[in-house]
Amino acid sequence: MSESIFARRRARLLAMKAMRENYVPGDKLVQCPKCGQESERRLVAQGLSVCPKCGYHFPMGAYYRLSSVLDPGSFRELFTKVSAADPLAFPGYREKLSAAQRRTGLSEAVVTALGTIDGRKCVVGVLDSRFLMGSMSAAVGEKLTLAIEYAGKSRLPLILFAASGGARMQEGILSLMQMAKTSAALARYAEKGLLYISVLTDPTTGGVTASFASLGDIILAEPGALIGFAGPRVIQQTIGETLPEGFQRAEYLEEHGFVDAVVPRGQMRETLSRLLRLHEKGGRS
Amino acid sequence: MSKTLTAAERVAIARNPGRPNVSDYISALFTDFFQCRGDRLCGEDAAILGGVALFHGRPVTVIGTRKGKSLEENLQCNFGMPNPEGYRKALRLMRQAEKFRRPVITFIDTSGAYPGLEAEAHGQGEAIARNLFEMSRLTVPILAVITGEGNSGGALALAVADRVLMQENAVYAILSPEGFASILWKDAARHEEACALMKMTAPELKALGVIDDIVPEPEGGAHLAPAIACRELDRCLRRRLAELERVRGTALAAERYEKFRKMGTPESRKENP
Repeated sequence: MSESIFARRRARLLAMKAMRENYVPGDKLVQCPKCGQESERRLVAQGLSVCPKCGYHFPMGAYYRLSSVLDPGSFRELFTKVSAADPLAFPGYREKLSAAQRRTGLSEAVVTALGTIDGRKCVVGVLDSRFLMGSMSAAVGEKLTLAIEYAGKSRLPLILFAASGGARMQEGILSLMQMAKTSAALARYAEKGLLYISVLTDPTTGGVTASFASLGDIILAEPGALIGFAGPRVIQQTIGETLPEGFQRAEYLEEHGFVDAVVPRGQMRETLSRLLRLHEKGGRS
Repeated sequence: MSKTLTAAERVAIARNPGRPNVSDYISALFTDFFQCRGDRLCGEDAAILGGVALFHGRPVTVIGTRKGKSLEENLQCNFGMPNPEGYRKALRLMRQAEKFRRPVITFIDTSGAYPGLEAEAHGQGEAIARNLFEMSRLTVPILAVITGEGNSGGALALAVADRVLMQENAVYAILSPEGFASILWKDAARHEEACALMKMTAPELKALGVIDDIVPEPEGGAHLAPAIACRELDRCLRRRLAELERVRGTALAAERYEKFRKMGTPESRKENP
């Protein structure tokens, strides 16, 4: 009985956090960058941040994302104490971090959690592009690695939602090293015969693409998400030609063999649930 | 030895076109080099040179990014910027090294993985990620040497090693100082300022625990006296290889994991969820 009280409390907490992410003071209307039409912000916020007119997927906050895939009340946040530091003492970085923390209510660009999807336990990590473009800092790498190791130790499936502009410039080489760290952790995790689902959301680029995001047993992507190693602008400058329509979008990656399925947000929870069910008897001991 | 050079001066030395490249090091340090080509999937990438050779009589797998010394050479090897085919060839050779139980030695000098249309279509990100994943669990010794520029994931894809060596004037960073300045300040002209902040030189990286050894270079840079640079590198590689060959394969992989696991980790790591 007491368990259900805690569960209700957790459900309420996550719902509140998700609500905070969707709250924007003032403007009641939001314009879709794809179709250009205006919609009521409240409707968009209630509908998984998808444009009701054209289906464009707006950026989604980490807590809202978690509340959209996990069973209500199953959410338990992990590794909350790992937060951004300033390892290279980079000028102006601390101020930037605290501004991002105030604006988003997050301590870093990733939230890690334990939860269930249709009753099946899993570890979920979500990058949030609202926090310094979801860039990979040492703390992001550390938190992801802790989550991967925790999933390995607990023999649980792992789901990571990527959304990242790439490296955290202000942490320089240490940001780069997180690519090796997370990939190595996934190699260990894989050796245990456990399932890792990677979900690529808009945008997934740079060091995140070139590490954990590309290493899923199953790789899903949200419609229209930009996914690539180099950014389109850099490529265009390098080759001096305009890029083809749809280049580096989720559908393009699916066509080129790098994504198993493009899954709209409205079907994400159900798809993840099915995949967890299909892998239920996996896992060697 | 020139200890007082600024980071920007070292960048200039690291990029000097006369600097010894992977072919020079292979002919100076190894014998009987047999070049292996192709990723066995779809292509061959000349920006990565790889094969089998003898290092003081012992078979090793050698892999390196290749910059040319003339425009013609550079056009052939894409200025040392690999495509996914190159990284996949490197992985193929590393797996072969695992099969034949021979150490892997990599040489890194690249301004980064090639940002091209086909590179993206063929999965540049996936190719790099796969290398990081697989290198972390190889059970043969891996030595990496940064010999010039080691930029971005394109460099790291050959550098998940038991020991990372770096020549005194080489630089190793998340990207070029020009790219760094243009991303952070929208002004590539501020690259010298970026150099000073990026912590990209060998002494700075050693202090951060990112590299293990600084390999001395002749005064003014390796291009002024390549023979001296080769001798110093040979000495360091030999010592490190001898040390690693005493360790069992599974222990090597475990130590390599721990080495990268610690990077950028705050002291307060032990936290219960």
